[in-house]
Amino acid sequence: MKRSLAWWLQCAVTLVIAAFLLVPAIQSILAGVTANYFRGLSSGLTLKWIGRVWELYSASIFLSLWLAIACLVVTLVIGVPAAYALARNPGRLSRMLEEFISLPLAIPGLALALALLQLYGTLSGFRTSWTFILVGHVLYTLPFMVRSVLAVLMAMDFRSLEESAATLGASAFTRFRTVIVPNAMPGILAGALTVVTLSIGEFNLTWMLHTPYLKTLPVGLADSYASMRLEVASAYTLVFFAMIVPLLMAMQWASARAQRIAQ
Amino acid sequence: MSDRTFVTACLVPLAVFTLAFLALPLVRLVQASFESEAGWQIYLQILQTPRYLETLVNTVLVSLAVSLAALVLATTAGLFLARNRFIGRGLLLSVLTLPLAFPGVVIGFLIILLGGRQGLFNQLLPGHIVFAYSLTGLFLGYLYFSIPRVLLTVMAAVEKLDPALEEAARTLGASPWRIVIDVILPGLAPSLVAAGAIAFATAMGAFGTAFTLATNIDVLPMVIYTEFTLSANIAMASALSVLLGMVTWALLYVARSFAGTTVAAGG
Repeated sequence: MKRSLAWWLQCAVTLVIAAFLLVPAIQSILAGVTANYFRGLSSGLTLKWIGRVWELYSASIFLSLWLAIACLVVTLVIGVPAAYALARNPGRLSRMLEEFISLPLAIPGLALALALLQLYGTLSGFRTSWTFILVGHVLYTLPFMVRSVLAVLMAMDFRSLEESAATLGASAFTRFRTVIVPNAMPGILAGALTVVTLSIGEFNLTWMLHTPYLKTLPVGLADSYASMRLEVASAYTLVFFAMIVPLLMAMQWASARAQRIAQ
Repeated sequence: MSDRTFVTACLVPLAVFTLAFLALPLVRLVQASFESEAGWQIYLQILQTPRYLETLVNTVLVSLAVSLAALVLATTAGLFLARNRFIGRGLLLSVLTLPLAFPGVVIGFLIILLGGRQGLFNQLLPGHIVFAYSLTGLFLGYLYFSIPRVLLTVMAAVEKLDPALEEAARTLGASPWRIVIDVILPGLAPSLVAAGAIAFATAMGAFGTAFTLATNIDVLPMVIYTEFTLSANIAMASALSVLLGMVTWALLYVARSFAGTTVAAGG
């Protein structure tokens, strides 16, 4: 089949964009395992820089994992019941509440962090604890959990499922636990993966909320970009990619699945 | 516990968290912006002080340029990927969408690897090509995280286009160009407006990329950061944050009413 000029142009634009996104990522992966970046790959491959990252920054990696898990627990506890309550009362008020909790998606993280700092910055016990960063992460990720669960619930007839459970004598809490949660599971899974992925990568809020003793992975990355040699910064980025890319792929898979169910 | 009480109880954790950590802090932020000698007139000062005004104009111009470039490039690629099936298409699609959740700091670093002093371009063409630490670098960084967002919106919209319309135009003798202009683009228009608004709002509020590239690039988030941390000009930092937040929120609100999607304004 003969291709038109327009087809080849489109193809070229697509490939150039892909190269623009992919080439620097590959560069950073290679630089992280190259003995000397300036002499190039001929200087040999090494795991020395990854080891160096581990010595310098393993605490920040563990803090980020810990924060992501804590953030997931909090968004589950707050978000899943809230999505159920919103699905039960699909009115104007619910729309407005959903709109309001989604504000952290629209307002830049820097502005939110300034707001939090000015209200709670003087509570030194809270300000210097990891829970202060956790609040920022929950603020940013909670709307994803609520919306993901809400979308799945709204797409199915959960009321009649609940009613049949009620006629069998199940209490409101039992119905929530045994009917709503299992049926909303695709939405919960997609929401959970989104929450963990975003929490591990969050920088804008965290940079303002962190203290020198509480550096998360992206804060450590910014630190290494500013003050470490290129190989160490690259190796750290490589570690970050190794954590975030599988999560991202799982997240895209789970979101597509939840969307199919919601349609 | 009655049914009604249980459903209400389900909202309590959300209400408490949102009140304590979203509503009250935002009220405090607005209040703090009035706390200088200028009072509410601090918002006038933003427009009257050349440095702030220039920053505002800079930020809007870069964001506008990024949105337009991302729309043109991602729509071209989106149409191509939606209309063609070939080996490696899935892989190409992953490459183009995975950067969606890369933090701005990492994207800043990737731009330095391309156009920094020790970057790829400077190594291939020594001595001349350093563009990472300027507005050009910022533009490319913003483009990096805008392309996946716009591409996903465009591809979702292309799949909803009715192929029969194009078929009809073709049988009526329309050239491929006329089909793009008269059939495809009008069909995509709502999604393109939405995607453009998302890209614009994201670029307006992005902090991490500018932070990694250089501290002397005058875009709004960087100026807010320096006002707050270096100058301790808290009222001005708050006023600029309120302004920025209102602009990005309004844009995303418009975007949602056009396309009904939400993408986080990270970066």
